[in-house]
Amino acid sequence: MINILSSILILAGVFFYLAGSIGLLRLPDLYSRLHALTKADNLGLGLLMAGLALHSQDLFTMLKLLLIWLAVLAASATSAHLIARQARRQETGS
Amino acid sequence: MNTMGLLVFDGLLLFSIVGLAWASLATTDVRRGVILFMAFGLLLAVAWGRLLAPDVALAEAAIGAGLSGALLLAAVHRQPRPLSPGATHDSLYRSAAAVSMVVRWVVTLLSAALAGTLAWGLLHAFSSTPQDMLPRAIAENLAASGVSNPVTAVLLNFRAYDTLLELAVLLTSVLGIFSLGPATPGYQPAGPIFDGLVRWLVPVLILMAGYLLWVGAHAPGGAFQAGATLAAAGVVLRLAGRARIGLPEGFALRIVMTAGVSVFLLVGLTLLLLGRPFLGYPPAWAGALILLIETAAMLSIAATLLLAFLGGQPESTGVKAAANRQREEISRC
Repeated sequence: MINILSSILILAGVFFYLAGSIGLLRLPDLYSRLHALTKADNLGLGLLMAGLALHSQDLFTMLKLLLIWLAVLAASATSAHLIARQARRQETGS
Repeated sequence: MNTMGLLVFDGLLLFSIVGLAWASLATTDVRRGVILFMAFGLLLAVAWGRLLAPDVALAEAAIGAGLSGALLLAAVHRQPRPLSPGATHDSLYRSAAAVSMVVRWVVTLLSAALAGTLAWGLLHAFSSTPQDMLPRAIAENLAASGVSNPVTAVLLNFRAYDTLLELAVLLTSVLGIFSLGPATPGYQPAGPIFDGLVRWLVPVLILMAGYLLWVGAHAPGGAFQAGATLAAAGVVLRLAGRARIGLPEGFALRIVMTAGVSVFLLVGLTLLLLGRPFLGYPPAWAGALILLIETAAMLSIAATLLLAFLGGQPESTGVKAAANRQREEISRC
């Protein structure tokens, strides 16, 4: 049961990564590409981590996985913000 | 099924590593090359993990991908703009291009010869000596080394000489960096979002460095990984435009820079005076001495890497810079 649930979560995570990667390659401009990429980072990694945490069945490992996800969340949100702000500044020419 | 899956994963990993290396060398855009190189470093760290060498994987991820990437990006940022393509059509440029083509072929042939020699030597070494000789020797003496992580035992005890000389190499590179003159001016203060990240990320990095240093005695970690993490905290502070990035000033900075080599040498020489071989720790003291040396080494490594990122003397340390400033002030009066 737990195995099936964790497999579903991991597969869902992989789906978001795939969608994010396709979006990064196919979407027309920087902002929509950033949008696709952050979906992969936030949701994809979150689902992946949830699946792995269920699989590990060890509280310490679960907490570590949660911590990794939170750190990546903060880092990816900040870098996406920095990239978008820089692009916006160059556009408006200020 | 499981081994098959891993085989596919390893194949993909290998393919991506070689592909990224190729792409990073082949691109003409330096910035793109650096970013590809960072991705290459991260995948290389995964490969080290797959080879069950987590110590090397940590060092590769922290130093190879992270800090080297930051250093290279800072260097790209600083280099002058390339010449416009229109300026490249004179005969001098063409003859230079021809020469560089010849040089490139010679270098390629020499590299191939070197790689062949190395491969031959490796094959020879693997086929002529029993495989488990070195691991067995380490396992037999591990109890006397003062630590239970075999990698740390080799780096800080059995082959402490090598590590001492590595630290001396780092010290030499700091001397080179100092000879470049004052560091580049810092960046603009960051906006609230990046600043908010820095505010909690830096303490976490410092905590992680302490953990890596302590855990190195019995699990993957150690002075190099801890030093790189500590330096990363400084790099983040610098990128956020903070004036103070954790480097001490003046004389204290010089002490931190040389701490690794000097503590290492002091321990070695003290042991010599006590009638033991150079860096031959007494087993009862080995653990404490290794921790002492690693702490000093971590601080030196962190300072060295951070100074490399600054690319020169921080303003407060340079006696000359201070003198210059004084002169300016006098002339302004």
